[in-house]
Amino acid sequence: MTTNRDQKADTKQTEDLLVDAPFLEDIRRQMIKFATLQLGDNNLAEDAVQEALIGALKNASSFGGRAALKTWIFAILKNKIADTLRYKQRSVNVSSLLREEDEDEAFSELFDRKGFWQQDERPVAWGNPEASLRENHFWNMFEACLERLPPKQGRVFMMREFLELDADEICTTMNLTTSNLHVLLHRSRLRLRECIENKWYLQGERND
Amino acid sequence: MINCRNVTRLLSEAQERPLSITERVLLKLHVAMCSGCQNFKDQMGTLRLMTRAYAKRKSDHDE
Repeated sequence: MTTNRDQKADTKQTEDLLVDAPFLEDIRRQMIKFATLQLGDNNLAEDAVQEALIGALKNASSFGGRAALKTWIFAILKNKIADTLRYKQRSVNVSSLLREEDEDEAFSELFDRKGFWQQDERPVAWGNPEASLRENHFWNMFEACLERLPPKQGRVFMMREFLELDADEICTTMNLTTSNLHVLLHRSRLRLRECIENKWYLQGERND
Repeated sequence: MINCRNVTRLLSEAQERPLSITERVLLKLHVAMCSGCQNFKDQMGTLRLMTRAYAKRKSDHDE
């Protein structure tokens, strides 16, 4: 149980952090990047970040320092992003959807006419990824690969794997049928996998 | 034999829904003979692990 006074002290501490300019600027920059990646729109991202920060300030209590506060702010931001995506379903851009749906050609580079791997596109063994996950290099590459996904594929992939929404919820939000969703996820995984393999595993785990 | 393209589709869908017995058998037979699809299969789990680690990193660490 926290007493009233403890809570007040914690609130004060959180407020101090939120008016600490370098801390705030740093976290804001990361949040914008994070939100833009998922919303595919700078203005919407700015709005979501703004609201998340205001929410954080309004409800500031019991945060034992920067790490906890940051985790919490990002949790709020994730919710804001999910809300924004739900709202956005009404304005899905039909032409961009059609363009992305019609990219079978791109995958003829991966598979031959009978649907078997092209010789030089056959996935290689990645081995245990643990060591890679500790390298900053790796994460820069990973982020670059995510950003390179076609917008709609990137968005559903992030909703599924990053926000960990279930398939039904994504379909409702994005106004997709289940089979649309499966197609988009399949393509995003093929692409992302290929990008990671080319930029990391076939580079001798170096990315200079 | 089911081709690699369809195998990758099923392996991707397995992340969203339970596969039927027929689908599982078809996959097993193919993957046993195809190293590319075997690697792809392992990578589906790895991609999920990486993306969650990325999410955690985003919220836990300073850049």
